[in-house]
Amino acid sequence: MKMLQTNLQEVETAADLQKLLEENENVMVCCGRMGPMCIPVYEVMEEIEDEYTNVKFAVMAFDSPEAGVIRNAPECRGFMGLPFTMYYKNGKVVKATSSIQNFKQVTNILDENFGKN
Amino acid sequence: MSKDMYDVMILGAGAAGLTAGIYSSRAKLNTLILNEGAVGGQMVLTHEIANYPGVENISGYALANIMKKQARDFGCAIKSNVKVSRYGFEGNVKEVELEDGRTFKAKTVIVAPGGRPRPLGIPGEDAFKGKGISYCATCDGDFFTGKELVVVGGGNSALEEAVSLTKYATKVTIVHQFDHFQAFAHAIKEAKENPKISFVMESELREVKGNENVESVVIENLKTGERSEMKTDGVFVFIGYLPNTESLQGTVPMNERGEIVVDPLMKTSIPGVFAAGDSITKRFRQVTTAVADGTIAALSAAEFIRTSEVS
Ligand SMILES: Cc1cc2nc3c(=O)[nH]c(=O)nc-3n(C[C@H](O)[C@H](O)[C@H](O)COP(=O)(O)OP(=O)(O)OC[C@H]3O[C@@H](n4cnc5c(N)ncnc54)[C@H](O)[C@@H]3O)c2cc1C
Repeated sequence: MKMLQTNLQEVETAADLQKLLEENENVMVCCGRMGPMCIPVYEVMEEIEDEYTNVKFAVMAFDSPEAGVIRNAPECRGFMGLPFTMYYKNGKVVKATSSIQNFKQVTNILDENFGKN
Repeated sequence: MSKDMYDVMILGAGAAGLTAGIYSSRAKLNTLILNEGAVGGQMVLTHEIANYPGVENISGYALANIMKKQARDFGCAIKSNVKVSRYGFEGNVKEVELEDGRTFKAKTVIVAPGGRPRPLGIPGEDAFKGKGISYCATCDGDFFTGKELVVVGGGNSALEEAVSLTKYATKVTIVHQFDHFQAFAHAIKEAKENPKISFVMESELREVKGNENVESVVIENLKTGERSEMKTDGVFVFIGYLPNTESLQGTVPMNERGEIVVDPLMKTSIPGVFAAGDSITKRFRQVTTAVADGTIAALSAAEFIRTSEVS
């Protein structure tokens, strides 16, 4: 069941996330709730989705038990602020951030890790 | 480089800017909203709005989305996550330039940039954001279950959020710069009666320290100047809001707090330039007051265009 009211693809299970990572070279997944720190990140993703055709954008509900794959990822150790945002290249985590990020911060990470589109 | 010309250009898509967009596009004025952050502004920071008349209970995100849809349905163009690099408000044609080089022109401008949480501005704040420093108790409170926290501030938000954080934390210490609180009596009473809350008054944080996560804070007693280090697992910051007007300095008249000065019709002293919402000089900052300001600003802008065209 979808839990996040965004226009982005929502990954509901760990298996779906794995599939997404296998099918796409560059993936950004924002794992959060419908809260004030998460919504601005979803909005940035919605805004740039059409522009960054080399990146697959998705969200995952933080409170879903399936999101344990992100919540408990070693890259998220010490994270204490929502959302947990993951950037994957060829299935591997290349960057993870905790808490709100603005447009520039997100696009800088995308450009640095996935190359300018 | 585009050279679009609009009737009304609105800077900010919070409650004030979106309302101005609804009114102005519904009046068949060619309207553009440019927004620096997420559409909805502070509304999306609010989990539940229970005092917006006509709507019993709604999340700030949902209310913002309805306003955005209303504005778009009336034909208002909205561009969000842009960064304005230059403002030209003098003269009959108002112009702004974005960082990416695009320029937009309009007959009138409504400035509605709202406000943002005031940061502590001390060493360690940026480094530990999301790793022990938070500005939202509802979002991050549960990461601090069984831990000790510091809450900075002495207004309603600080006291109410400190009480809500005691659901998770074993101990909450409120650090406040004055010897009294600027909050409603019931909020003060509730915080004072909570056995998990203690108070460090007339003091300010000077540094946040730690390795991977926050481990301690340096507190200065403002009366004695003495500094001490206190162990803590996290810091929640609720020290008020700042108007988002720094980049507008010198373009519109402001008071000493950086709030834009307007008359009751939301006019600034520059012809064709109006302002609305939390960024103007006013006492009460609410969704309802922002919506009212946005309405007045849009109607004033429409009147300005009408009368300029007649003369
Ligand atoms: C946690 C919290 C809870 C609240 N709860 C309530 C409540 O329950 N009820 C209530 O009525 N009110 C509440 N408020 C207050 C209310 O949200 C605000 O008063 C109102 O939303 C202000 O609207 P605004 O349009 O003036 O500004 P904002 O909402 O701040 O919007 C301004 C927008 O302009 C953008 N911007 C900034 N600078 C520029 C620029 N130069 N150019 C273009 N865009 C720019 C910003 O990114 C933002 O998106 C709450 C506020 C907070 C923070």
